[in-house]
Amino acid sequence: MNEILLRHRDIKDIGQLAVYRQHEGFDAFKRAVTGMQPDEVTEMVKASGLRGRGGAGFSTGMKWSFIDKNAWPHYVVVNADESEPGTFKDREIMESNPFQFLEGVMLCAYAVGAHSAYIYLRGEFWELAAHLDARIAELEAEGLLGDGLFGSEYGLRIYTHLGAGAYICGEETALLESLEGKLGQPRLRPPFPPSFGLYGKPTIVNNVETLANVPLIVQKGVDWFRGFGTEKSPGTKVFSLSGNVVKPGNYELPLGTTFRELIYTHGGGIMDGRKIKAIMPAGASSSLIVADDKALDTPMDYESVPSVGAMLGSASIIVVDESVSMDWLINKTMHFFQHESCGKCTPCREGTYWMRHLTERIHHNQATWDDVILLQDVASNVKGKCLCALGDFSTEAVISSITRFRGDFEAKVGMPLSAPADAELKEVSN
Amino acid sequence: MNPLRERYGQEIDEILAKYPTDQKRSAVMPLLYVAQREHGYVTREHLGQIGELLSIAPTEVASIVGFYTLYHDTPGGKYRLQVCNDLPCALRGADQFLEGVCDHLGVKPGETTEDGVVTVEAVMCLAACDKAPMFQVQSREGISYHENQTVQSTIDLVDGWRKEEPK
Repeated sequence: MNEILLRHRDIKDIGQLAVYRQHEGFDAFKRAVTGMQPDEVTEMVKASGLRGRGGAGFSTGMKWSFIDKNAWPHYVVVNADESEPGTFKDREIMESNPFQFLEGVMLCAYAVGAHSAYIYLRGEFWELAAHLDARIAELEAEGLLGDGLFGSEYGLRIYTHLGAGAYICGEETALLESLEGKLGQPRLRPPFPPSFGLYGKPTIVNNVETLANVPLIVQKGVDWFRGFGTEKSPGTKVFSLSGNVVKPGNYELPLGTTFRELIYTHGGGIMDGRKIKAIMPAGASSSLIVADDKALDTPMDYESVPSVGAMLGSASIIVVDESVSMDWLINKTMHFFQHESCGKCTPCREGTYWMRHLTERIHHNQATWDDVILLQDVASNVKGKCLCALGDFSTEAVISSITRFRGDFEAKVGMPLSAPADAELKEVSN
Repeated sequence: MNPLRERYGQEIDEILAKYPTDQKRSAVMPLLYVAQREHGYVTREHLGQIGELLSIAPTEVASIVGFYTLYHDTPGGKYRLQVCNDLPCALRGADQFLEGVCDHLGVKPGETTEDGVVTVEAVMCLAACDKAPMFQVQSREGISYHENQTVQSTIDLVDGWRKEEPK
């Protein structure tokens, strides 16, 4: 299959402006600015069925259409805070196919009437920010960014902004707070960013990969885009494959490709000939799927993954083999979430702290079955009780591993399971 | 005159120009990077100077330093070697890698070598899960990625730093 997003794998040097332009680069943007109404661009993206690639899978065109036209100015903010453990796709797109990404930002800005766009990059992407700054300068020199573009009245500037190490800033309202120079803590919603965003103005926040789809949708049309993927999840997706596989990496495949094809055909199967045990399809925020035949044959799209008990999310597929015990794994994920909780909501701040300590105790053979029950109890008291999804995310691996890989915990706490404890566990997990 | 503005006037103007004139506070993070370049960490004096440039209180600047992990308020090694040992990297040997590097340097994660050249830190996911073991190096010059590493390649890198002329 030819790539849509990772086109640098087919077209060497597409990261150079001249080469990108030889491949119809910026034709879509020029056509939009000179011949299309902003709403026409939004309608096209809506009709394409493109869904946000940052994790939520919400209709991109729909989001754009929510922008409040009674308040101005409008802003576009790109979420390039890629921090979910297991996710490394946006980095490759920005590094190797930067102009397609930037053209996507420009089309979005035109569609929603924004004259300023900010790309919020995680602070670790220091070199990448310099790389993008240089590409933006090239576009300004070529007259593709700036005032009065193509003789129209439309003008646009794009700025990069570096974060400084905080997973929470991938949450869109925390990102906006951070961009305003404050602590990266989520806002109470509603209002949502399309009505109250950056500096309190209407703002569209989109993920890097989402926007990288837009130039080709506008250039080649809705039907072409819908030729990939499934009816409800059209297009391709960059799957970041990591963990115990022979060939980890980014693989761009149509949405609806099975886990088996990704892991075994593209990823070369499991390292050292071991057997697969579990899959986390949405990075560390994911529930653990038991990697049986049913799961492996499940199509990776937004509708199908929930049928095996997880979400597709950002499609960061972490593969776990039989050598891994779940008590170790959730100790790792809890270490992460405790560190990254922003501290605003009490259930998350305190819950991640206690879950981390309980997983530590279980992992270091200092626990009894009561601690496993307590861990589940704490998790269920965090879930659904916070302003943003981080609290929920922290519980997914914990709850799913205890219910689906119970044997690992029984072996760890060294206690034969008694009937009352069993009943208690079921009650908590409901 | 504000010492930061005196030393980095043009750079500070360029940073401020990115944001609306009534939203100067947005520049606090880029200005902290400018300040941190001086000594490798942010000093108490910097907090006041940045606060003055942006018309916010020094404690508000300090809250930003405290919240985000890439700002430091105490001196560390000349190079901060920040190893990712989060779940995806750990599945590919990052914990053993970190231990090997620490053993060789005679430090624990979070500690600085006696010669002050390197601080080893364990950090959260760096979006390079397919190229583990990996780390980033934070220094006064910025941040760089080092992927598909071995203990030996890391030791070679540190040995190279040790041969550098002191700046």
